[in-house]
Amino acid sequence: MMEKMIFGRFIPGDSLIHRMDPRAKISFVFVFIAIVFIANSAETYGILLGFTLLVVFLSKIRLYFLINGLKPVFILLIFTFLLHIFFTREGELLVDIGFIKIYEEGLRQGIFISIRFLVLVFVTSILTLTTSPISITDGIEVLLGPFKRVKLPVHELALMMSISLRFIPTLMDETGKILKAQMARGSDIGSGPVKERIKAVVPLLIPLFVSAFKRAEDLATAMEVRGYRGGEGRTRYRQLNWRLIDSLSLVVLAGLAGILVYFRL
Amino acid sequence: MDILLQEVGYSYAKDTPFEKRALTDVSLHIPSGSYTAIIGHTGSGKSTVLQHLNALLKPTEGSVMIGERKIKAGVKAKNLRDVRRQVGIVFQFPEQQLFDETVLKDIMFGPLNYGVSEEEASRRAHELVDQLGLPPEVLTKSPFDLSGGQMRRVAIAGVLAMEPDVLVLDEPTAGLDPRGRREIMDLFHRLHIEKGLTTVLVTHSMEDAARYADNVAIMHNGRCVVTGEPVEIFSNEEQLRDYRLEPPRSIRLQQKFEEKLGIKLDSISLTEEALAKNIALALSEGRDSE
Repeated sequence: MMEKMIFGRFIPGDSLIHRMDPRAKISFVFVFIAIVFIANSAETYGILLGFTLLVVFLSKIRLYFLINGLKPVFILLIFTFLLHIFFTREGELLVDIGFIKIYEEGLRQGIFISIRFLVLVFVTSILTLTTSPISITDGIEVLLGPFKRVKLPVHELALMMSISLRFIPTLMDETGKILKAQMARGSDIGSGPVKERIKAVVPLLIPLFVSAFKRAEDLATAMEVRGYRGGEGRTRYRQLNWRLIDSLSLVVLAGLAGILVYFRL
Repeated sequence: MDILLQEVGYSYAKDTPFEKRALTDVSLHIPSGSYTAIIGHTGSGKSTVLQHLNALLKPTEGSVMIGERKIKAGVKAKNLRDVRRQVGIVFQFPEQQLFDETVLKDIMFGPLNYGVSEEEASRRAHELVDQLGLPPEVLTKSPFDLSGGQMRRVAIAGVLAMEPDVLVLDEPTAGLDPRGRREIMDLFHRLHIEKGLTTVLVTHSMEDAARYADNVAIMHNGRCVVTGEPVEIFSNEEQLRDYRLEPPRSIRLQQKFEEKLGIKLDSISLTEEALAKNIALALSEGRDSE
């Protein structure tokens, strides 16, 4: 179960998207998130969806794998979809079975919100799947650079982020291991009444916290030992390198925004 | 209880880009009442085999018979609790699974899950703490206040408290001091004899395999390549080296000894004690012939 999760995982590869500069990718994602909110009609949402699938295609990550890995997100998606369907009371009445009333506008909104959600999750996942945590951090650090002037601890923030990203898979693996150990001792999260399942979480969480704290302590010591003392005057081994394709990707994005605005007008 | 693996194959994270084949066509019979050692180089698939022994992993190909229960690739297996009660696993670094407020409660966790009464579970905990050489006052302490070695013992007690028929051990002494290692391994051996357990030991230590096991299986690149008695397995040095293993220390010393003195000892020495005996015997014979 755990091994199928893809949040924060990085799949090394050599696609067009993999080779892009992390700064470009991060800016791309943030601008894209803003652009998504321009869409307001069937055409515009269709364009967004098509564009996203194109990005997925370019990243050479199998769509099946992406969908499979994001299963937990789909539960949330279905939930929001249902909420919209049942609680929007506008437009024509489509279905009326007793207490269930589905209106045209509800269905429309439900579908739109779902697409919006899906598109956002896909594009952000593609960012983390195609960019190593270390490049993401480098990118963010540079992009946030200007805020150093206002005393924002940019380096520390970037470091915190990279550490959390770095440890997601580790903690996942560890969860799997402890889960198995407790399953061997007869505790079972996967079945039984809800009350029992909630009880079964405790033997999983406590060892997980204990080891996470231990890990944090070890990491701090290891950094200290190697003379880490913050970002001041630190040189870089990995150099970022902005190429034509990166500029091009932002131009394409601007084009997309233009098209969406055109349809909206 | 017999455990029989038939042409078992297993891939981690099947159908994802992280898919990794761990086992190919593994057939292995663990006879009831045997002490089986599974040895092999790092990454040979030992730990993956181990998790099949109580259905924590289900084979992606082939089947596993655990006692009467058959677990087959592609067939959904329900209600595995019974199997898991009968086959207890002591994982690598088992102290990571400790969680309860007190040592007593932690040891009782397994038995209580399997429906053992409170009094019985507590009785077992007291008995095991004594058997594992821990002072009785640890029972009321938090497991997180103990030393590493004590935590390990408590975790082992937590598995033994379920009174499994088959005991599976994954490097149970990794990271312990030599004396602690020996004590714990001897305890497992005693339990094996006294309670008639079927024991499976997954280990890097050829010495432990040679000393305790009566049945040895070598894993290499996800395949079970050789099975046999320790004497055969460990006297075939060439074969061991092929699988990136080496004979136990006592046998290596025996070879050097034989080479130096130009004599042949009576039998293969699987332990230091056996070697000492063999040498003593050879020396006394030598004196007689003079």
